[in-house]
Amino acid sequence: MIKNLTLLKPNKESLNLYISLGTIFFVLGIADVTFNIFEFLPIWISFFVPLAFCFLGLHLIRVEFSGNKKLDSLNKNINSNWFNAILTIFAIFLLIKSIPPMLDWLFFDANFVGSKKEDCTGDGACWVFINVWFERLIYGLYPINEIWRINAAFIGLILTVGLAFFVSAKIKKYVLIFLIFVYPFIMISLISGGNFGLEWVETNAWGGLALTFIISIFALTFCFPVGLFLALGRRSSYPVIRYASIGFIEFWRGVPLITVLFMASVMFPMFLPEDTYMDKLVRVVIAITLFESAYMAEVVRGGLQALPRGQYDAGKSLGMGYWRMHLLVIMPQALKLVIPGIANTFLALVKDTPLILVVGLLELIGMIDMAKTNPKWLGFAAEGYVFAGFVFWIICYAMSRYSISLERKYKTDR
Amino acid sequence: MKIKNFNLGLGGFLSNNPKLGNFLPQAVTLFAIIFIIGFFTFNAQTNMDTRGIDFGFGFLKQESSFDIQFSLIDYDGSYSYARAYLVGLLNTLLVSIIGIFFATVLGVVVGISRLSSNYLISKLAEIYVEIFRNIPLLLQIFFWYFAALRALPLPKEAISFFDVSFLTIKGFFVPKLVWTNFSVLFYSLVAAIVSIVFIYIYGKRKQEATGQRIPVFLISVGLLLILPLVVSFLGRVGLDFEIPSLVQHSETIFNFKGGINIIPELMALALALSLYTATFIAECVRAGIMGVTKGQKEAAASIGLTPGQILRLVVMPQALRIIIPPTTNQYLNLTKNSSLAAAIAYPDLVLVFAGTAMMQTGRAIEIVSITMLTYLSLSIAISIFMNWYNKKIAIKEK
Amino acid sequence: MSRAIIQMKDVNKWFGDFQVLKDINLEVVEKQKIVVCGPSGSGKSTLIRCINRLEEHQKGQIIVDGNELSEKTKDIEKIRAEVGMVFQQFNLFPHLSILDNCTLAPIWVKKTPKKQAEELGMKQLEKVQIADQAFKFPGQLSGGQQQRAALARALCMEPKIMLFDEPTSALDPEMIKEVLDAMVNLAKAGMTMIVVTHEMGFAKEVADEVVFMDEGMIVERAKTKEFFANPKSERTKLFLSQIL
Repeated sequence: MIKNLTLLKPNKESLNLYISLGTIFFVLGIADVTFNIFEFLPIWISFFVPLAFCFLGLHLIRVEFSGNKKLDSLNKNINSNWFNAILTIFAIFLLIKSIPPMLDWLFFDANFVGSKKEDCTGDGACWVFINVWFERLIYGLYPINEIWRINAAFIGLILTVGLAFFVSAKIKKYVLIFLIFVYPFIMISLISGGNFGLEWVETNAWGGLALTFIISIFALTFCFPVGLFLALGRRSSYPVIRYASIGFIEFWRGVPLITVLFMASVMFPMFLPEDTYMDKLVRVVIAITLFESAYMAEVVRGGLQALPRGQYDAGKSLGMGYWRMHLLVIMPQALKLVIPGIANTFLALVKDTPLILVVGLLELIGMIDMAKTNPKWLGFAAEGYVFAGFVFWIICYAMSRYSISLERKYKTDR
Repeated sequence: MKIKNFNLGLGGFLSNNPKLGNFLPQAVTLFAIIFIIGFFTFNAQTNMDTRGIDFGFGFLKQESSFDIQFSLIDYDGSYSYARAYLVGLLNTLLVSIIGIFFATVLGVVVGISRLSSNYLISKLAEIYVEIFRNIPLLLQIFFWYFAALRALPLPKEAISFFDVSFLTIKGFFVPKLVWTNFSVLFYSLVAAIVSIVFIYIYGKRKQEATGQRIPVFLISVGLLLILPLVVSFLGRVGLDFEIPSLVQHSETIFNFKGGINIIPELMALALALSLYTATFIAECVRAGIMGVTKGQKEAAASIGLTPGQILRLVVMPQALRIIIPPTTNQYLNLTKNSSLAAAIAYPDLVLVFAGTAMMQTGRAIEIVSITMLTYLSLSIAISIFMNWYNKKIAIKEK
Repeated sequence: MSRAIIQMKDVNKWFGDFQVLKDINLEVVEKQKIVVCGPSGSGKSTLIRCINRLEEHQKGQIIVDGNELSEKTKDIEKIRAEVGMVFQQFNLFPHLSILDNCTLAPIWVKKTPKKQAEELGMKQLEKVQIADQAFKFPGQLSGGQQQRAALARALCMEPKIMLFDEPTSALDPEMIKEVLDAMVNLAKAGMTMIVVTHEMGFAKEVADEVVFMDEGMIVERAKTKEFFANPKSERTKLFLSQIL
């Protein structure tokens, strides 16, 4: 029916008239949602007024091929038909209703400076809470004057990784071997101390974001080779090895991580010889490593399967043995194929680390729990979790972006 | 893919004695496994002996003497541990099914939105996925439970829905359905479903024979709605609602009595699980729809199929084949992730059994084993089913 | 005197800012076989895709078998049922057997009973000599077999016009002949055909007229013999020298 009213059907000739009319209606609609200018109307009408106005406005500016580039691309993207127009309107209303209050809470009404709970006077977020607890959130319960050791360990890590990037290929191999096989132990002895005159800090005191990183780095480093071997084992022609690998992989993939952590902290000590004690953190890291290696094994297996038979045939026909062929020919290609899968597994690992708080190890989220239940700082759960969410989001988003760029870089297309 | 050349540097020896070469690595592995298992078992036995703990499952029949906050079946402290296990299991399944339902709906909507030609919509969907996918699930659960749901009002100022449901900080109180003669309704539903199956088969036969189609869908909907209604009326099926009502316990404490309380723990868990898993399902759906090439739709259009027919006969069959396997994997992940309930005290299997029950009885090995076995069985069952399903519908290639 | 079954009058089409068809005027008479050739990007594919409205033109008129194609056209599916198309990438439905690919449209569009549809399908598959592959799936067939199956699928709707969008460009050389043979048989049986192709041998054997397109315009159109012996435009001469 609307189409028959030629007055309402926009056309190219009176373009400017329609654009101005349309814009007026649209702006009126938006203004109503933002400022409630039509409040005086009865509630049912005032609910639909902005919708109707905006819809009418968008209808009037919907001129196909108007010749005006900006208008055309606007129309094509968000206004191509009435259904799209309604979706656009709802999306805009949603944004108007939700973004300003969020920004208010996060920034404009928030308190950034201070040292006590009383300094939080506004309606918004109390970032003072984060300020005051910052060191604890990053380093856990580690003694304050020894924090330089954690910093040193991580700075050393970053420097060594950076070194690996800028060095020539020949030395790079040695740097990588050093990084993977030697440096982790240097890090651990630095952080736990007990040697070289450094004070001993028990693992129960390790915590915060530093603990998240420590666990992630260790688990990442070790779950990769274990996963590789499991994947090879799963494809082995020896039944014993194959079934053992399948059983191992399916076991770890079939149970939730929480039960694995319970097993590591409560059940596992029973399986150790009397009077031996394995540090809880070590047990947890081993458990997480084994858990993630099962998922890594499946990812690598996907790559091995996707590789054409011809590669195996070529390797064998050149006289390569099993291990040499896999090291030089199969693995490099298979791994390139599944870079996204590997990155996903790493990402999942980082996201799984917070679970260790159920067995009493306080990484970042565990520390926030501790902070928010402190009698002097009750009621700031939201600020704590938003902060933690932000930190994790940055880490995970950066990792996923990096994996996408890696994938592009290694896309030696077949 | 069989790789027979196991060249360890014992190379010459092993390849000259092929039988030994096949046998040796396997024997070594087998011995290693047996040795490790034996080592652990021996230690466990010694440790348990020294501490005077015995191994056995008899404790399952003992009285549990602890209460569970939320249960779908009758339960209190006088029931056995086995019953407590059942309650936990049912709670896990409950939150998993709710999570799966909402995650699927949201995931499909977001997945399709990401492919929309509307820039705003697709960008919003993308932002949603990128945000909720990169924040740990545990953190999301905590946020909903400790931050968002704590902002709900007290029962006195509850947010009411048509005065029959009330959203408060203590939970979401909804009316309880009290049926009389429910079995009549149940059987009529079964009858409706059976007749729908027959109608479907009949419709298909008729189409094959004459080319004519009968409106199977409309008939099914009609049957499903009308038959139970008529039978319920005739069979005197009754439905009463137990509406929650506000009761004053003391001067400042009010609460709701009657009806069903959906506890905040369940709400937070279901919310977080749905929002988190939906992001992955959205990606699966998107991959599925993009996986059907434009050419397929064009070819279908060129032989005269309507857009509805193109979607139903050409696009969806291919898209679903791409979508279903990873989505089922996500369902499994969601079920395993529901174990995070332990962190916010929702009485799921892990909290009830591997938490409270284990603390009370001290039988760590038995309990953790049973819990892990439960999840393991579920995973393996779903795996086997998926493998069978994939083989059955696999698009045949050379 | 045969009537014009396709009429294109002053057809113009843009992809955004880029004009891909410029003032196209083309008439095709029943049972005529037309080959459209030209360099890539000249708009040949777009031209024939406008005929079954897989692409929409912005200006001008297209009339197919008496029906004008425009936004107001109801039941575009009915028109498409009369116009068959064979694609460069075959586009067989991988989840259906070859026979099911062929019977899908007759059953769901023409409401043909299954048995009749299958008989029709087998007949068409025999004509292109792959009846023995009827119960296999597209993934199990070679390229040449797939394209012939695609041809059979299109013919099962008993169309009045057949459009071919570079049907052999994606095939290995040894399979091109089997597809061209099938197309030649179809031509001999009297089908109206518009074929976009680089296979000039086919054009010489079967086409009544050849159309040369460049940069969105029809540069030259002539009867086959005349076209190859005496190309009039410089651009045509250049093109012919490059591909012959």
